[in-house]
This record gives sequence, C-alpha cells and structure tokens, in this order.
Amino acid sequence: MMLSIKNLTANVDGKEILKGINLDIKAGEVHAIMGPNGSGKSTLAHILSGRDGYEVTGGEIHYKGQDLLSLETEERAQQGIFLAMQYPVELPGVNNMTFLRESMNAIRRSRGEEEIDAVSFMKLVREKADSVKLDQKLLKRSVNAGFSGGEKKRNEILQMVMLEPYLAILDETDSGLDIDALRTVSDGVNLLRSPERSMIVVTHYQRLLEYIEPDHVHVLSDGRIIRSGGKELALELEARGYGWLLEEAAA
Amino acid sequence: MGLPNTEMEDFVESEYAQGFVTEIESDTLPPGLDEAVIRTISERKGEPPWMLEKRLTAYRHWLTMREPSWAEVRHPPIDFQTISYYSSPKKKPLLDNLDQVDPELLATYEKLGIPIDEQKALAGVAVDAVFDSVSVATTFRESLAEAGVIFCSMSEAIREYPELVKQYLGSVVPHKDNFFAALNSAVFSDGTFVYIPKDVKCPMELSTYFRINEANTGQFERTLIIAEERSHVSYLEGCTAPMRDENQLHAAVVELVALEDARIKYSTVQNWYPGDNEGRGGIYNFVTKRGDCRGDRSHISWTQVETGSAVTWKYPSCILRGKDTVGEFYSVAVTKGMQQADTGTKMIHIGENSRSTIVSKGISAMHGSNAYRGLVRVAAKAENARNHTQCDSLLIGDRCAAHTFPYIEVKNPTAQVEHEATTSKVSEDQLFYCRQRGLSEEDAVSMIINGFCKEVFNELPMEFAVEAQKLLAVSLEGAVG
Repeated sequence: MMLSIKNLTANVDGKEILKGINLDIKAGEVHAIMGPNGSGKSTLAHILSGRDGYEVTGGEIHYKGQDLLSLETEERAQQGIFLAMQYPVELPGVNNMTFLRESMNAIRRSRGEEEIDAVSFMKLVREKADSVKLDQKLLKRSVNAGFSGGEKKRNEILQMVMLEPYLAILDETDSGLDIDALRTVSDGVNLLRSPERSMIVVTHYQRLLEYIEPDHVHVLSDGRIIRSGGKELALELEARGYGWLLEEAAA
Repeated sequence: MGLPNTEMEDFVESEYAQGFVTEIESDTLPPGLDEAVIRTISERKGEPPWMLEKRLTAYRHWLTMREPSWAEVRHPPIDFQTISYYSSPKKKPLLDNLDQVDPELLATYEKLGIPIDEQKALAGVAVDAVFDSVSVATTFRESLAEAGVIFCSMSEAIREYPELVKQYLGSVVPHKDNFFAALNSAVFSDGTFVYIPKDVKCPMELSTYFRINEANTGQFERTLIIAEERSHVSYLEGCTAPMRDENQLHAAVVELVALEDARIKYSTVQNWYPGDNEGRGGIYNFVTKRGDCRGDRSHISWTQVETGSAVTWKYPSCILRGKDTVGEFYSVAVTKGMQQADTGTKMIHIGENSRSTIVSKGISAMHGSNAYRGLVRVAAKAENARNHTQCDSLLIGDRCAAHTFPYIEVKNPTAQVEHEATTSKVSEDQLFYCRQRGLSEEDAVSMIINGFCKEVFNELPMEFAVEAQKLLAVSLEGAVG
C-alpha cells in the first residue's frame, strides 16, 4: 500500500474541515479527488505534504508503511511525496536551475545517494524542460518570478518529472490553464505513470481527467468522501453536477 | 510540521558564538574624557607634538557639538564620561616572529578563526591584527615593503611617515565633519595606515581584524589608505567582539584617497556583538567612512556586509572629485533581535562624467529595524554625471521594519539619476515551497537570503564572499517563523 488514510479529521483555525477521511491508494494507481469548492480537497493535499496551519485531531496516515504525520515536511519530500501547488510561489534571486538541483541533491543525500554532477544535471534538465514545453530561458530566471500562470504550472511539472516522486499530489493543477497547457501538463503526468508511482489528482473539473485517466474517482463534500467510483463517476459528475450527490449524501 | 515555536525561539536565542573574553592584563585608562586624557593617550603612544595639537583641536571642537539625532535609531543617551578612552595589552610584543606574541592572544585569534600564520600567506593575505587599541601583530611586511607598499598601524605611521600622515589625515573626513568624527579625531586609539606608491598594484589583499576586548573601552579606530597615481589596492576588514553587558561605543573613521587612475576596493564584514534579544549589551557602531576620488579616472568601491552591532550608523561615501571617476557602494545590512541599522552612502558628484552605483540590500528579522539613507548629489559642474541606485528590503516575519530615505540633489541638468526600490518578504509560503522540495528550513532561508544578496556578494573577494554567506546563514538561522 502506498498510502492509507484512516478516519482523518482536521481543523483549520478551530473549525473542523476534514470529518473522517478514509482512503487507500496502491502503488501504480491514479486517484482523482473531486468536489465542490470548500469541501476540503486542498486541505487534504496540504496535510499530506506537511504544511503548517492544520491541526490533525484524529485518525492516522500511513505512507509506505510509515506514520506520515510524524515526518517533517522536508522528510516527506525526501521520501518521495511531491505536491504540485495550486499557487506556486516566487523565489526572487533564486535561480530556477539552482533551486531544482539543490532540491534533487537534498533528496539524494537523504537517501544516501551521490549528488548529481553539474553536467548530467544540465543535460537532464534541458531534456525534461523540452518534454514539458517549458522555455529554456525560464531555467535561467529566478524561480517562478514573473512567470505566467501557465509557465508556473509547467515549472511545477518540470520539478515533478525531475524529482520522480513515489506519490505525486497535483492540487488544482488545471486551474488557469488553457487547453494547450493542459495537454502538456497532462502529458508530463502521464509520462510519470508507472507501477511504482501513485498520484492524487485534486480537481474541481472533469476536464483534466480527459487527459489523465484516473483509476479511481472520489467525491469529497463537507470533509467526507461521499462517493467513490471508477472514471465513469467523473463523467457522470460532468453531466449532472454535484447537486444530486450532495442531496443523496444528505438523505 | 515545522519547528514548534519554542524550539524556534531557542534556536534564535542561541548565544553569540564569538562571545568569550580573553583574560589578558590590560593597561587601561580610567573612564572619562578631558584634555588631560587626550594628552595621556598621545603621550602613551609616543606621538609628536603636532599630533597632540590635532587631537586637542578636534576635542575642543567636539565640545561645541551635539550628538546627532536624525538617524532612524533609538538608544539610551551615551554618557561619554563613563567610557575609557585607552586600553592596550600590557605585554607589548616585539614582533620578530609570532613566538613572541602572548600565547593567550594567539589562542584568541585561533578561536576567532583568524589565522595569523603561514596559511594566510599561502592565501595571499597579509594581516595587521588590531587587538584592542594597539597593533600587536603585523605580518608579511617584507614582501609588501619590496613592492613599496606601506601597511602598518596608524601609531607607527605617525612616527615613521609623519609627512604622509600630516598631508592626508583628516583631509577626507575633517574633524569638524560630524560629532563622532570629531570624537574619533580627538581620541583615536590606533588603526591602519596603507600607502600604495605610483604604478604599484598591491601584491596581496590587505586585511585587518579588529576585536574589542576590554569592558567599557570605546574603540576609536582610524584608518587611512592612500593610493597614488595608477595604483591598485583591495582592503578587507572583518570584526567580531566578545560578549559584554555594557554598551560599547565604536566610532571609527576611515579615509580613502585615490589619486589619478587609482583604484581602491574596501570590503567589510562586520559581526560585532548585537546585544541580547532585549537589545542589552550590544555594540554602538557610529562610523564615518569616506573615500575621495581626488584624481581623474580614479575608482573607489565600498562593499559591506553588516550583521552585527546593536545600533549601526554608517554611510561609506565617495566624493567624485576628478573627471570620469567611479564610486560604488554595495551593501548587505542585517538586523534581527532588537538590532537597528541606519546605513547607506553618499555619492557626491563634482567631476565631469563621474559615475556612481549604489546597491543596498537590507534584511530585517524579528524586531530588527533597517533604514537605508542615501544621498546622491550632483554639483553644478558635474556634466554628464550618472547614478544608479538599487535599494531592496527583505522582511522576515511581521514585527520588523524597513525604511528608505533617499536624498537626491541635482544641480546640473545633464545628470542622470535613477532610483529603484523594492520591499519583499520571506513568507511561510516560500518556506513551505522549499521544504516541500526536500530542503531544510535553514537551507531554504539561506538560499532565499543569498539570492537576495547575490549582487553584493559578487563584489566581495572570493574568500570573504564565502565567509559572508556563512555569516548570514548563521545570523538568520531560525529567525523565520
């Protein structure tokens, strides 16, 4: 089992946002988490990646057999959890390539591996940048500084394909992307699909799932998973909206 | 998830690493200042009568002045009568070699990581170490002497090169210049004298380490660097001080004179004791640094990394007197805890086609307050003067402050003066982003800070740049949160 979430409850500023999440993700699976705004999708993504500001009040999370909640943010990253952010931040003055290399090496060091040498890194980063159609010029700029919305998302995907995580979480990666960008981003994600790697795709819309085909779809509402199903569930939601599900759940 | 706050505070409140005191007998004057004290200083140093007269003139003028209050800093009033104005290690070594230096003194240097040894020679750096107020070690004088370079303590220069000292001392910063310059001119203890003859490129980086080591002893360093026509010199200054409860006043004066086609590069890394987290016991650092581009096409460059002191008041400046002269100021100033800094520069354009560049990076964390104060003045005769100022502030946390006070005075219509300023914040979002990519919080902060300071670090000599980066990382460890 890659990830196992049991009865997870969590507060933000004293308000209960997650009200008992149960979710099992096996290696190689792609899970989509859908749901209306404010249902707790991003909260879940943030808690998995170790962001401050969330109080876990109950339940447990196991990642590759370990107690995930006892790990620091950077330890989770070092052990292969990657969050592609909804709003990637800018790091003025920090060179994009330097950042990526430092990141790769921090992860490698934590695993007792050798650091990547400059030449191999350059070759790799150029190749991967092309694969996600990120302008090479952006590699030389400061991280995300002055990047357009689409460029920032491509940069996230570049980091993802470079770092090769075991569990990739994409938090509303499709928001603000035009159809071409969406296609490139999805291509990047699909390239990474493998039997050793799992993904959680958090999205509001079904659109992204046309390109990244999920094995499972979960609908999150008011802090609970109210329905799980296969990829056909996403299509049903597209056609009928969330209303009917919410009503069913309330009944 | 993240360091809990208490842990973070322990980290931040870790003791000043350089805060130890060397037990060494000192010959120290009792606190207080009057003409008799000045006569005693001059006498102890074996100075000629003209130097005593200079001191007395400065002292009498100082009595008529008032301590300036315009800086964006707050501190209790300084009682100048509670300060001791002279301190010297009792055992004055005769410096044929290092074996003759008090071993305890050498141990202090070792602790500070100041290598007065062969390694330094291999690194190509000559060290004139100032322990308290008297120079006790000067190395590599011979190879410098071969090149005709004079690199010695100010006291020695007064005795050995009186004509040069008479001609240049006070010619850039006259005693009337300001309150602290007047005080320094009256009581200066020692300092460094550098003379680079015509056409000589100084064969090594010159470096001085200052250390204040006597409780309640104000330090009044005086530095004078003269670069003759077509000569080049790069001077490095770095300092640390041991922990003390009382405030320690430091009022140094540095004068640079660059004649035709000469180049002077002056780099500083300053890490004096900043006081505890309530601001007690830190150094008051009121410094006057000024360079005079006296000759045409001369070039003076100031680079500073200021991380220490409780209160800093410092404006390394350039008088661009000659034609086609160049003045530069690159600065990183860090304030955390209760530290306050009011620092910047003055670029005075007098010569035609004179150019100046100002790059100032202020970093404030915790309750730190950081002010940039810069003057760009273009005189009526300065045809085609150019200035570019880049002034950036970085805030860490939400209890610190950054201020910018640019002064621009232009009296010539052909001048081009540009001022750019930005303020940004190291945010939780940025730190989370970095940590999510596997970097520790310390590495993340240091990466963001180094990115912010890159333009300034690029100006430092290699060896210093590495030191400065480390210093910054150490200074700001745990300051985020």
